[in-house]
Amino acid sequence: MSVEADNRTEQELIAAILGGQKHLYHALVRPVEKKIFMVVLAYVHNPSDAEDIVQEAFLDGYRHLATFRGEARFSTWITTIALNKARARMRRSSAHAEVSLDDAGDEDRAPAVSPALLRDWREIPSEALERNEVRTLIRQAVSELPESFRTVFVLRELEELSGEETAAALGISLALVKVRLHRARIQLQKSLAPALRSATEPHRKKRWPSWS
Amino acid sequence: MELNCRHVWEFLSGYLDDTLDAAVREDVERHLAHCEVCSAILDSTRNILVLTADDRVFELPVGFSDRLHARLNELIGEDPTSPEKT
Ligand SMILES: [Zn+2]
Repeated sequence: MSVEADNRTEQELIAAILGGQKHLYHALVRPVEKKIFMVVLAYVHNPSDAEDIVQEAFLDGYRHLATFRGEARFSTWITTIALNKARARMRRSSAHAEVSLDDAGDEDRAPAVSPALLRDWREIPSEALERNEVRTLIRQAVSELPESFRTVFVLRELEELSGEETAAALGISLALVKVRLHRARIQLQKSLAPALRSATEPHRKKRWPSWS
Repeated sequence: MELNCRHVWEFLSGYLDDTLDAAVREDVERHLAHCEVCSAILDSTRNILVLTADDRVFELPVGFSDRLHARLNELIGEDPTSPEKT
Protein backbone atom coordinates (compact mmCIF):
# COMPACT_ATOMS: atom_id res chain seq x y z
CA MET A 1 0.00 0.00 0.00
CA SER A 2 2.09 2.88 -1.17
CA VAL A 3 -0.60 5.03 -2.71
CA GLU A 4 0.52 8.57 -2.22
CA ALA A 5 -1.87 11.43 -2.43
CA ASP A 6 0.95 13.52 -3.80
CA ASN A 7 3.20 12.01 -6.49
CA ARG A 8 6.13 14.14 -5.62
CA THR A 9 9.01 12.09 -4.33
CA GLU A 10 9.76 12.18 -0.67
CA GLN A 11 12.78 14.37 -1.34
CA GLU A 12 10.72 16.88 -3.30
CA LEU A 13 8.04 16.97 -0.64
CA ILE A 14 10.58 17.56 2.07
CA ALA A 15 12.26 20.32 0.09
CA ALA A 16 8.87 21.97 -0.45
CA ILE A 17 7.98 21.72 3.25
CA LEU A 18 11.30 23.22 4.28
CA GLY A 19 10.75 25.86 1.62
CA GLY A 20 7.62 27.00 3.45
CA GLN A 21 4.76 24.82 2.18
CA LYS A 22 4.34 23.45 5.66
CA HIS A 23 0.96 21.81 5.11
CA LEU A 24 2.61 19.29 2.75
CA TYR A 25 3.91 17.53 5.85
CA HIS A 26 0.51 15.83 6.09
CA ALA A 27 1.13 14.24 2.68
CA LEU A 28 4.49 12.97 3.86
CA VAL A 29 2.94 11.43 6.97
CA ARG A 30 -0.22 9.82 5.61
CA PRO A 31 1.30 6.96 3.58
CA VAL A 32 3.39 5.77 6.52
CA GLU A 33 1.35 6.52 9.65
CA LYS A 34 -0.30 3.11 9.90
CA LYS A 35 2.95 1.19 9.51
CA ILE A 36 4.64 3.29 12.16
CA PHE A 37 1.73 2.70 14.51
CA MET A 38 1.98 -1.06 14.03
CA VAL A 39 5.69 -1.07 14.74
CA VAL A 40 5.23 0.90 17.94
CA LEU A 41 2.23 -1.16 19.01
CA ALA A 42 4.24 -4.34 18.60
CA TYR A 43 6.75 -2.77 20.93
CA VAL A 44 4.59 -1.26 23.67
CA HIS A 45 1.40 -3.38 23.37
CA ASN A 46 -0.94 -0.69 24.64
CA PRO A 47 -2.74 1.12 21.75
CA SER A 48 -3.11 4.41 23.57
CA ASP A 49 0.59 4.53 24.50
CA ALA A 50 1.42 3.60 20.92
CA GLU A 51 -0.75 6.40 19.61
CA ASP A 52 0.92 8.97 21.87
CA ILE A 53 4.36 7.83 20.82
CA VAL A 54 3.48 7.95 17.13
CA GLN A 55 2.10 11.47 17.47
CA GLU A 56 5.20 12.63 19.30
CA ALA A 57 7.46 11.01 16.74
CA PHE A 58 5.75 12.73 13.82
CA LEU A 59 5.79 16.04 15.69
CA ASP A 60 9.51 15.64 16.31
CA GLY A 61 9.96 14.64 12.70
CA TYR A 62 8.45 17.94 11.66
CA ARG A 63 10.51 19.97 14.09
CA HIS A 64 13.73 18.33 12.98
CA LEU A 65 12.94 17.83 9.32
CA ALA A 66 15.86 20.01 8.28
CA THR A 67 18.24 17.50 9.85
CA PHE A 68 16.81 14.58 7.87
CA ARG A 69 19.52 13.71 5.43
CA GLY A 70 17.53 11.67 3.03
CA GLU A 71 19.93 8.76 3.15
CA ALA A 72 17.17 6.66 4.65
CA ARG A 73 13.51 6.72 3.80
CA PHE A 74 11.36 9.10 5.82
CA SER A 75 9.53 6.12 7.35
CA THR A 76 12.78 4.55 8.53
CA TRP A 77 13.84 7.80 10.12
CA ILE A 78 10.51 8.23 11.91
CA THR A 79 10.65 4.60 12.98
CA THR A 80 13.97 5.21 14.67
CA ILE A 81 12.60 8.26 16.47
CA ALA A 82 9.46 6.37 17.53
CA LEU A 83 11.36 3.33 18.78
CA ASN A 84 13.66 5.53 20.86
CA LYS A 85 10.60 7.11 22.46
CA ALA A 86 9.02 3.71 23.02
CA ARG A 87 12.15 2.42 24.71
CA ALA A 88 12.44 5.51 26.89
CA ARG A 89 8.83 5.12 27.96
CA MET A 90 9.25 1.43 28.79
CA ARG A 91 12.32 2.19 30.87
CA ARG A 92 10.41 4.83 32.77
CA SER A 93 7.24 2.84 33.26
CA SER A 94 8.45 -0.58 34.27
CA ALA A 95 11.00 -2.47 36.23
CA HIS A 96 11.82 -4.10 32.91
CA ALA A 97 15.51 -4.91 32.98
CA GLU A 98 17.06 -2.77 30.34
CA VAL A 99 17.83 -4.82 27.29
CA SER A 100 20.44 -3.56 24.92
CA LEU A 101 19.40 -4.13 21.36
CA ASP A 102 22.97 -3.97 20.15
CA ASP A 103 23.89 -7.40 21.37
CA ALA A 104 22.53 -10.84 21.08
CA GLY A 105 20.18 -11.42 24.02
CA ASP A 106 19.21 -14.61 25.80
CA GLU A 107 16.57 -15.35 23.23
CA ASP A 108 19.25 -15.30 20.52
CA ARG A 109 21.31 -17.84 22.38
CA ALA A 110 18.38 -20.11 23.24
CA PRO A 111 18.15 -23.27 21.16
CA ALA A 112 16.20 -22.87 17.95
CA VAL A 113 12.49 -23.63 18.13
CA SER A 114 11.31 -26.34 15.74
CA PRO A 115 8.34 -25.64 13.49
CA ALA A 116 5.00 -27.36 13.90
CA LEU A 117 5.13 -30.61 11.91
CA LEU A 118 2.34 -31.05 9.41
CA ARG A 119 1.72 -33.53 6.62
CA ASP A 120 -0.18 -31.15 4.46
CA TRP A 121 -1.30 -27.58 4.49
CA ARG A 122 -4.55 -26.34 3.10
CA GLU A 123 -4.16 -22.71 2.09
CA ILE A 124 -6.07 -20.32 4.34
CA PRO A 125 -7.43 -17.52 2.15
CA SER A 126 -7.29 -13.89 3.24
CA GLU A 127 -11.06 -13.88 3.58
CA ALA A 128 -10.55 -15.80 6.81
CA LEU A 129 -9.37 -12.49 8.24
CA GLU A 130 -12.92 -11.21 8.13
CA ARG A 131 -13.35 -13.21 11.30
CA ASN A 132 -12.33 -11.48 14.45
CA GLU A 133 -11.24 -14.77 16.00
CA VAL A 134 -8.64 -15.28 13.27
CA ARG A 135 -7.29 -11.75 13.55
CA THR A 136 -7.05 -12.11 17.30
CA LEU A 137 -5.11 -15.37 17.03
CA ILE A 138 -2.58 -13.71 14.77
CA ARG A 139 -2.19 -10.59 16.90
CA GLN A 140 -1.72 -12.73 19.97
CA ALA A 141 0.91 -14.90 18.34
CA VAL A 142 2.87 -11.82 17.24
CA SER A 143 2.62 -10.28 20.70
CA GLU A 144 3.96 -13.46 22.26
CA LEU A 145 7.21 -13.31 20.31
CA PRO A 146 10.22 -12.24 22.40
CA GLU A 147 10.50 -8.48 22.11
CA SER A 148 13.69 -8.43 20.05
CA PHE A 149 12.26 -10.92 17.55
CA ARG A 150 8.96 -9.11 17.42
CA THR A 151 10.53 -5.77 16.64
CA VAL A 152 12.57 -7.17 13.77
CA PHE A 153 9.59 -9.13 12.52
CA VAL A 154 7.31 -6.11 12.46
CA LEU A 155 9.87 -3.90 10.71
CA ARG A 156 10.60 -6.49 8.04
CA GLU A 157 7.19 -8.07 7.48
CA LEU A 158 4.73 -5.34 8.35
CA GLU A 159 6.63 -2.14 7.69
CA GLU A 160 8.39 -3.89 4.80
CA LEU A 161 11.77 -2.39 5.53
CA SER A 162 14.73 -4.15 3.94
CA GLY A 163 17.16 -6.11 6.07
CA GLU A 164 19.63 -3.21 5.87
CA GLU A 165 17.03 -0.61 6.82
CA THR A 166 15.93 -2.74 9.76
CA ALA A 167 19.51 -3.15 10.93
CA ALA A 168 20.00 0.63 10.70
CA ALA A 169 16.75 1.45 12.51
CA LEU A 170 17.61 -0.86 15.41
CA GLY A 171 21.36 -0.35 15.46
CA ILE A 172 22.07 -4.08 15.10
CA SER A 173 23.94 -6.09 12.49
CA LEU A 174 22.30 -7.41 9.35
CA ALA A 175 23.25 -10.94 10.43
CA LEU A 176 21.32 -10.52 13.68
CA VAL A 177 18.32 -9.16 11.76
CA LYS A 178 18.32 -12.30 9.63
CA VAL A 179 18.60 -14.67 12.58
CA ARG A 180 15.83 -12.93 14.52
CA LEU A 181 13.55 -12.76 11.52
CA HIS A 182 14.08 -16.44 10.84
CA ARG A 183 13.35 -17.38 14.41
CA ALA A 184 10.30 -15.15 14.59
CA ARG A 185 8.88 -16.76 11.46
CA ILE A 186 9.45 -20.30 12.73
CA GLN A 187 7.94 -19.44 16.08
CA LEU A 188 4.86 -17.96 14.42
CA GLN A 189 4.50 -21.01 12.23
CA LYS A 190 4.74 -23.20 15.30
CA SER A 191 2.02 -21.37 17.20
CA LEU A 192 -0.21 -20.32 14.32
CA ALA A 193 -0.23 -23.30 11.98
CA PRO A 194 -2.12 -25.57 14.40
CA ALA A 195 -4.25 -22.74 15.82
CA LEU A 196 -5.30 -21.34 12.45
CA ARG A 197 -6.00 -24.77 11.06
CA SER A 198 -8.38 -25.68 13.83
CA ALA A 199 -9.97 -22.24 13.71
CA THR A 200 -10.62 -22.44 9.97
CA GLU A 201 -11.36 -26.10 9.28
CA PRO A 202 -15.12 -26.20 8.86
CA HIS A 203 -15.76 -29.59 10.46
CA ARG A 204 -13.57 -28.77 13.42
CA LYS A 205 -15.01 -25.38 14.09
CA LYS A 206 -15.94 -25.21 17.72
CA ARG A 207 -19.25 -23.67 18.60
CA TRP A 208 -18.96 -24.31 22.28
CA PRO A 209 -16.07 -24.33 24.68
CA SER A 210 -14.17 -27.57 24.36
CA TRP A 211 -15.77 -30.52 26.16
CA SER A 212 -12.55 -32.38 26.67
CA MET B 1 24.34 -32.23 -0.80
CA GLU B 2 21.69 -34.36 0.85
CA LEU B 3 19.86 -32.20 3.41
CA ASN B 4 17.86 -33.51 6.32
CA CYS B 5 14.69 -31.83 7.55
CA ARG B 6 16.42 -29.81 10.26
CA HIS B 7 18.85 -28.34 7.76
CA VAL B 8 15.97 -27.37 5.55
CA TRP B 9 14.24 -25.56 8.44
CA GLU B 10 17.41 -23.53 8.98
CA PHE B 11 17.24 -22.39 5.36
CA LEU B 12 13.52 -21.66 5.38
CA SER B 13 13.79 -17.93 5.87
CA GLY B 14 16.54 -17.58 3.28
CA TYR B 15 14.48 -19.67 0.89
CA LEU B 16 11.44 -17.43 1.36
CA ASP B 17 13.51 -14.29 0.86
CA ASP B 18 15.40 -15.85 -2.04
CA THR B 19 18.76 -15.06 -0.51
CA LEU B 20 20.26 -18.57 -0.63
CA ASP B 21 23.18 -19.48 -2.84
CA ALA B 22 22.03 -21.21 -5.98
CA ALA B 23 23.55 -24.54 -4.91
CA VAL B 24 21.87 -24.47 -1.48
CA ARG B 25 18.60 -23.46 -3.02
CA GLU B 26 18.77 -26.48 -5.31
CA ASP B 27 19.47 -28.77 -2.37
CA VAL B 28 16.48 -27.34 -0.53
CA GLU B 29 14.26 -27.77 -3.58
CA ARG B 30 15.38 -31.35 -4.04
CA HIS B 31 14.46 -32.08 -0.43
CA LEU B 32 11.10 -30.32 -0.71
CA ALA B 33 10.23 -32.37 -3.78
CA HIS B 34 10.07 -35.56 -1.75
CA CYS B 35 9.42 -34.37 1.84
CA GLU B 36 5.78 -33.62 2.50
CA VAL B 37 6.49 -32.41 6.04
CA CYS B 38 8.96 -29.71 4.98
CA SER B 39 6.72 -28.75 2.06
CA ALA B 40 3.81 -28.28 4.46
CA ILE B 41 6.00 -26.27 6.83
CA LEU B 42 7.07 -24.03 3.97
CA ASP B 43 3.53 -23.59 2.66
CA SER B 44 2.11 -22.87 6.09
CA THR B 45 4.86 -20.38 6.91
CA ARG B 46 4.35 -18.53 3.66
CA ASN B 47 0.59 -18.51 4.18
CA ILE B 48 0.91 -17.27 7.76
CA LEU B 49 3.24 -14.46 6.72
CA VAL B 50 0.79 -13.27 4.09
CA LEU B 51 -2.06 -13.32 6.61
CA THR B 52 -0.02 -11.57 9.28
CA ALA B 53 1.01 -8.75 6.96
CA ASP B 54 -2.58 -8.15 5.87
CA ASP B 55 -3.80 -4.64 6.70
CA ARG B 56 -6.87 -6.04 8.43
CA VAL B 57 -4.96 -7.78 11.21
CA PHE B 58 -3.59 -4.76 12.99
CA GLU B 59 -6.20 -2.06 13.04
CA LEU B 60 -5.73 1.58 13.78
CA PRO B 61 -7.76 2.88 16.71
CA VAL B 62 -10.89 4.70 15.55
CA GLY B 63 -10.05 8.35 14.88
CA PHE B 64 -6.28 7.75 14.98
CA SER B 65 -5.55 9.59 11.76
CA ASP B 66 -7.81 12.53 12.58
CA ARG B 67 -6.19 13.01 15.97
CA LEU B 68 -2.69 12.73 14.52
CA HIS B 69 -3.31 15.29 11.80
CA ALA B 70 -5.11 17.62 14.18
CA ARG B 71 -2.04 17.60 16.42
CA LEU B 72 0.21 18.18 13.45
CA ASN B 73 -1.97 21.10 12.45
CA GLU B 74 -1.49 22.70 15.83
CA LEU B 75 2.25 22.52 15.30
CA ILE B 76 2.30 23.47 11.66
CA GLY B 77 0.22 26.52 12.51
CA GLU B 78 2.92 27.53 14.97
CA ASP B 79 6.27 28.99 14.17
CA PRO B 80 8.29 25.88 13.27
CA THR B 81 11.52 27.51 14.43
CA SER B 82 10.14 27.75 17.96
CA PRO B 83 12.64 26.13 20.33
CA GLU B 84 9.91 24.22 22.23
CA LYS B 85 10.91 20.55 22.54
CA THR B 86 9.48 17.46 24.15
ZN1 LIG C 1 11.95 -32.64 5.31
